[in-house]
Amino acid sequence: MKSTAKLVSWIALALTVVPSLLFFAGLLGHDLVKWLALIGTIGWLCATPLWMGRELQVDASQVEI
Amino acid sequence: MTEQTSEGGEFERVSVPESALLGSSKFWGMYAGEHTAGTEFMIGPLFLAAGASLQDLILGLLLGNLLAVLTWRFLVVPIAIAKRLTLYYQLERIAGQDLVKLYNLINGLLFCFLAGAMVTVSASAVGVPFGIFYAVPQSTFALGPPTFTALVLLVGLVMAVVAAAGYAMVARVANIAAPWMIAVFAACGIVSLVQVEANSLTAWNEGAFWTDAIAFVQARNGAQSFSFWQIVVFAWLCNGAMHFGMADLSIFRFARSANSGWAPAIGMFLGHYMAWIAAALLLAALIKVQPEMAVGDDGKVNANPGLLAFQSLGWTGIICVVIAGWTTANPTIYRAGLAFQGVVPKSTRTIMTLVAGTVATLAGAFPNLSAKLLDFVGTYGTVLGPMGAVIFVDYYLISRIGLVPEYADRTKSSINPAVLIAWLFPVSVGLYMIFWQGLFAAYAVVPAWIVCGAIYLALSKVIQRPLSAQ
Repeated sequence: MKSTAKLVSWIALALTVVPSLLFFAGLLGHDLVKWLALIGTIGWLCATPLWMGRELQVDASQVEI
Repeated sequence: MTEQTSEGGEFERVSVPESALLGSSKFWGMYAGEHTAGTEFMIGPLFLAAGASLQDLILGLLLGNLLAVLTWRFLVVPIAIAKRLTLYYQLERIAGQDLVKLYNLINGLLFCFLAGAMVTVSASAVGVPFGIFYAVPQSTFALGPPTFTALVLLVGLVMAVVAAAGYAMVARVANIAAPWMIAVFAACGIVSLVQVEANSLTAWNEGAFWTDAIAFVQARNGAQSFSFWQIVVFAWLCNGAMHFGMADLSIFRFARSANSGWAPAIGMFLGHYMAWIAAALLLAALIKVQPEMAVGDDGKVNANPGLLAFQSLGWTGIICVVIAGWTTANPTIYRAGLAFQGVVPKSTRTIMTLVAGTVATLAGAFPNLSAKLLDFVGTYGTVLGPMGAVIFVDYYLISRIGLVPEYADRTKSSINPAVLIAWLFPVSVGLYMIFWQGLFAAYAVVPAWIVCGAIYLALSKVIQRPLSAQ
């Protein structure tokens, strides 16, 4: 289960950024880039909480700019 | 010594034991996410709006971020791993409990203003689908359009309530979102490059996409300049409170090896290099593609983060600005609540967090705060940074001239006057120079730090009495 979720997350992350590179290379249109990024975003935000159980950072209440 | 655990973290009043030390990878992971935040959407476009040249930006940010990393590595980390105490406990031992409360209160107020800017950033994104746009009025203390002010109040209220409910959930969302936010920043930058027709080496060399955008802004906002050295010093010192001010002692006290001190490099070069340049390109792209959208009702160009991200990556951009603003504002409000609670110990954390959230929301209703984020961040470093000089001098120099380190702790005093004067004097002069003489705020950080350290050393020599006589 975890490994499937991980796989979905990484594919989703790729969908967020790779289409913009293809747009840069002239292989995709802008609208398609936006749709793929949105699908990637939804995929990442749904799949990642299933496996990314990262512990709270040390002194997580610190704030960085 | 016994271990203590609290909401803010473990080992707050003891040295971190060997068993709790962490390897370098933890710090690289943490800094990678921490510096890609809502502020980046605001700061990047401000460089372009201020008239920074592209060459200066690329080289200046490179040098400034490098200096920031070196400051963390060679100023903060040696003291952090030698003493393994939080900033607050270390300051309490040197400056006294009441002085730390004052420092904490000022820290909390500054956090509220930073959170306020992030409320504005999030509201700018929430407003885009509803046709409610962020606009910066002429006067510093003027509100934006009524619909935008109402939206800021609504977003701020939600953020304050979520922050009051606790820190863990927001921190978890921030952790999960961090890699995705970095990817969105990168995607925004790449899309913007195509939109400004800078997808060839020739276009980069000519740089017309950048100079045209600056000319567009300056024709409407008036001529401005932002020099190479302003960029360097800003990039170096925008986290002045964290490195020169030693706030990150609290983080690096867990470091097993001094090599962990290189970890901020990933945050600097992803968040304060790639993300700032990407965010600046967003404004250049908006000016190229939809120039009428870049100009507000007052005829001036405003960097509206929500709109910038939307025109580049659509709904993904909107979601990213909302989450980036939220995950920056929430811990900031939470931290400010803790600081206020320290000043009023009988209050509850929930109430104080709601107070901090209210102050942040009211601050966020004034759009000039986020529009002047470059100045605010420099001022933040000027006010909090000098306390790091006190810790530096106390650790390296006080014993060498025969004085007593951690004097407040040894004498059981609640305020060490040497620290109070050493801190307030250069900060007052720095604030006068910034607000009344127009000094670029980040330029004040290092002089204030040096003067604070020198005054603390000199006054300690005058004030300290032999311990046996106490």
